[in-house]
Amino acid sequence: MITVYRRIYYIRYPKEISEKPIIYHLIKEYDVEVNILRANILPQREGILIIELAGNKANINAGLEYLGKLGVSSERLATRIRRDDERCFQCGACTGVCPVGALYIRREDMAVMFDADKCTGCNQCVLICPVRAMEMSLGEEWLETSEVPTPTPLFS
Amino acid sequence: MGNAAISKTYAEINARIKSGEAVVVTAEEMVDIVRKEGPEGAAVKVDVVTTGTFAPMCSSGVFFNIGQTVPTIKASKVWFNKVPAYGGIAAVDAYLGATEPAEDDPLNKIYPGEFRYGGGHVIEDLLRGKSVFLEAKGYGTDCYASRKMKKEITLKDLPYALLCNPRNGYQNYNCAVNFSDKVVHTYMGMLKPKCKNANFCSAGELSPLFNDPLYRTIGIGTRIFLGGGIGYVTWHGTQHNPNAARAANGTPTRPAGTMMVQGDLKQMSHRWLKGLSLLGYGCSLAVGLGVPIPVLNAEIAACTGVGDDELFTQVVDYGYDYTNGIARTYGEVSYADLKSGTIVVNGQSVPTAPLSSISKAREIAQTLKDWIASGSFMLHEPAMKLPGPDS
Repeated sequence: MITVYRRIYYIRYPKEISEKPIIYHLIKEYDVEVNILRANILPQREGILIIELAGNKANINAGLEYLGKLGVSSERLATRIRRDDERCFQCGACTGVCPVGALYIRREDMAVMFDADKCTGCNQCVLICPVRAMEMSLGEEWLETSEVPTPTPLFS
Repeated sequence: MGNAAISKTYAEINARIKSGEAVVVTAEEMVDIVRKEGPEGAAVKVDVVTTGTFAPMCSSGVFFNIGQTVPTIKASKVWFNKVPAYGGIAAVDAYLGATEPAEDDPLNKIYPGEFRYGGGHVIEDLLRGKSVFLEAKGYGTDCYASRKMKKEITLKDLPYALLCNPRNGYQNYNCAVNFSDKVVHTYMGMLKPKCKNANFCSAGELSPLFNDPLYRTIGIGTRIFLGGGIGYVTWHGTQHNPNAARAANGTPTRPAGTMMVQGDLKQMSHRWLKGLSLLGYGCSLAVGLGVPIPVLNAEIAACTGVGDDELFTQVVDYGYDYTNGIARTYGEVSYADLKSGTIVVNGQSVPTAPLSSISKAREIAQTLKDWIASGSFMLHEPAMKLPGPDS
């Protein structure tokens, strides 16, 4: 399994560069995988973008430096995942998709455990959970499942 | 074993349950007892073995009588929260299937579909005491003049609600892998390409039909734990296949027997019937089911004493083979291996994940054990047993 560095950023554009294809440069020159979660960019206006960057940690940092030089501010959004224990029926389907073992089975009693400290917020489990017991937040706000972005597969 | 062959009747066991003397153990506990004391010794000691399973069981649903309106209606089309139910039964009778998605669901048009709300979710909402929007349409007759009916209803308002699941409690199920080069979303969950994960769906040694492999006690009229309440086995389930290949201990090594079960929905609980959304596949219902097995003799004791290391299933490819009806197996694995978290397929180590809740299966077996031990749940002798091999 390939471990991928994956982070979500809140990007704010000044209006001067709202016509620059910065996503193109991020992908092409910094080899960063970009998943646009939300975007509001209009020509000649200040714009906002919520993007998920995945790939090599050094490349992502170099990409963010490139954005900084252009005057684009980026702020890391802490993704948090929580489990609704009342909804969870302890089936274990999530343990097959969690890439970091934050969701795992305690073998002695086959209980399905969730270690929030290990969770990287990749959200693979959110739509896999058959009772939608895993909830995802971006910053402060907890999202409805319909707003949760489709996760990019972490394996090949 | 010096013991004369032990033999008990349902009446004798029920008398012991009534007087509080019955020895009741779960199917997990029975494994150790049989290993220590042998089948004869275990049969002398134990009266009832309780089993349990809590997993997605698609072939489930509810028969409703939705009550009349004035003027009366012959409801030929019925919806619960926009989920269509089958209305071609009688004026205000309908059947709501657990896998029916809401009528406006985008299905797999945006792949993989989320299937956020369906029949199973309606059943769970009713059990949670939530109000559900009921709509019906009729074509109008002299005796049933209304053409439309709309009302908010709760489970309490419905005159009749019978959980009736045509196929539950599969006796064994495939272990699913995907040998293709793309992700597949199946009723066996998400399967990564090139066999990078394996999903299984049975409670193994706790599972009801694994503990009565040749259907010596389970049949029409067997009283069971169903959805947190009391239900009955009412027939063999659809796709019941007693002639599947079996191991020397009588247990099938691939999907075999099934049960049709029924019970009054009004005494069940949302804790044990949960609406499911299986990504890319559809809606379903997780059903909590537990069957008590009377230990009538040493043969039945031996059957209830099988452990996960003696129960086997097949590794089946859901990337190509299953869809194309190819009966090919990539090896046989035990439930002990599956529950350990890793199996070996084609010489490679593959991580496993269950879709069937083992911890909840244990809780069901324990609940049923408590009910019987406290004298509040008596065993019921079946009128006819499930069809066995070559019957």
